[in-house]
Amino acid sequence: MLFVLLDFSPIKPDFGLFFWTVLIFLIFWFLMGKMAFGPIKDALKKRENDIQDALDESKKAREEMANMKAENAKMQSQANEERAKILQEAKEMKNSIISEAKDKAKDEANKIVANAKIEIDNQRKAAVTDIKNQAGVMAIEIAESLIKKNLKGDAEQEGLVNTLVDKFNLN
Amino acid sequence: MIRLAAIFSFMICVAFTMSAQHNHDGHDHSGHDHSSHDHSGHDHSGHDHSGNAHGAKGHATGHGDHGGCGHHGEFDVAETAMHHISDANVYSIGPLQIPLPIMLKSDDGWELGMSSKFHPDLLGHGDGHLGHNRYVLHGGIVKRIADSSFPMGEFKVSGFKHAEEMVDGKEKDVVYVCTGDAMHKLEQKSTFDGGLFGGGMSSYKDFSLTKNVTSMLLVCLFLFWIFRRAAKAYKKQDGEAPKGLQGMLETFVVFIRDEVAIPFLGPKWEKYFTFLLSVFFFILGLNLYGQIPFFGGSNVTGNLAVTMVLALLTFLITNFSGNAHYWKHLLVAPGVPFIVKLIIIPVELMGLFIKPLTLMLRLFANITAGHIVMVVFIGFIFIFGKSGESIVGASGAAVGSTLLTMFMMAIELIVALVQAFVFTILTASYIGAATEEAHH
Repeated sequence: MLFVLLDFSPIKPDFGLFFWTVLIFLIFWFLMGKMAFGPIKDALKKRENDIQDALDESKKAREEMANMKAENAKMQSQANEERAKILQEAKEMKNSIISEAKDKAKDEANKIVANAKIEIDNQRKAAVTDIKNQAGVMAIEIAESLIKKNLKGDAEQEGLVNTLVDKFNLN
Repeated sequence: MIRLAAIFSFMICVAFTMSAQHNHDGHDHSGHDHSSHDHSGHDHSGHDHSGNAHGAKGHATGHGDHGGCGHHGEFDVAETAMHHISDANVYSIGPLQIPLPIMLKSDDGWELGMSSKFHPDLLGHGDGHLGHNRYVLHGGIVKRIADSSFPMGEFKVSGFKHAEEMVDGKEKDVVYVCTGDAMHKLEQKSTFDGGLFGGGMSSYKDFSLTKNVTSMLLVCLFLFWIFRRAAKAYKKQDGEAPKGLQGMLETFVVFIRDEVAIPFLGPKWEKYFTFLLSVFFFILGLNLYGQIPFFGGSNVTGNLAVTMVLALLTFLITNFSGNAHYWKHLLVAPGVPFIVKLIIIPVELMGLFIKPLTLMLRLFANITAGHIVMVVFIGFIFIFGKSGESIVGASGAAVGSTLLTMFMMAIELIVALVQAFVFTILTASYIGAATEEAHH
């Protein structure tokens, strides 16, 4: 009864306020939707997507990094191995070269020695031949001189032969 | 502590000035009483009766003449509360009456202009000293002389008189205007409650930019401004963390999205999101605006016309987006025995209309109740101060009333948020139920 007695006007809907509320609220809804709430909604969505993308990307990058690290380690160990192999090979090669060179030098030396021996032999043979020739010449000369002197007695002959033989022996 | 003391001393000051002014008003009106006293002889018989009723109720015992024209001087807290929560054609801040545009439609055409054309005092109660085309300004509200034979044009107003009369078997508060030579019954603007809440059609409709409409415009402009700034901030600081105003508003927007829109509407949430946000911030903004002290205390979301518009929009959106599944369940109720159908279908159909009705009434009742409680708590100062006679009573009540009002204001802040949230979440749930896909 109190509300009827007193003018409880807020509960009595009047045309003007109804009209203005409809108008103002619809315009408010339209403008806010177009110019404020819509853009904010999209911006929030975009940001959330960006954050998700960034997270995904960083996860991917981390994974990639781990992969790369593993690969690096693998490559390094491979390189190490290769280096060891190369060193080994080089060492082997050095040894083989050295031994080869030694062999070659030995061969060469042997060859030189052999050649020298042959040469010496040849020289000796030549010398012997020369001596033989000289002896021959000498013999002929002796014989010649013997013949030339006309040997008078045996003793003289013998003396001459001995001197000649001594001469030869000196050679 | 300093703030509390400041508010408290301010309240006492307001209490003193207001009680002093009330006293002054009493004298003023008793002056009017004398001027119209001579005419009480040829007064309407109905008016005499009302005067008696008034006296019998024990109103205005020490003041003036019941048969005369004027306010009863005694402070009536209920009447004050009703006055403060109602819409008005002036924007009153304390005793200051800021005129607003009026647009009144009657069979005699449009009455346009500012409410200052009725010459209310700039500092007063919003009673106009001039009338125009049967219209007068009483308590900041435009009313009209019911008598259609009253001549058009300008006329002088010497005062107003409240009376309780039996109208159609109901006791009603009736207001008379005194025009110097006679008293004329006033009628109020047309309302479309069909007499359900004591209103009804009268000779005019009020399309003015009233206090509520003005508040609504101010709040909407303010909301538009801050949200526009926030929306721009997203563009300007693209890729940066939100800060300041943008960050504050984002909290609400994200809350409505994650707690209201997505849980109730599912994948279709984006379609209804701007409506939900508009409803939420419109209600929240107006709820909070009405609670700003010394700023008019507009009771916009506590007015049935406003909540009716919001509820009506919810009703329309719900039913226009209702899918086949929703309507089938509503109208056919498949899988239910025939006898039960006879009960369930009418109940469902009633529910269709009860849902928006509860939305409308819940918001209206909560906000109006909050405003009434505030006025009543402050009214204690005048009740205990006996309208300025007892300074001690007024001071004592001011202490208690300050504490109570501060407590209530804290509660009302929560109510403002909760009611905006409840309206939004229920709207979302109704739309969600109407758009839900069948899954059995």
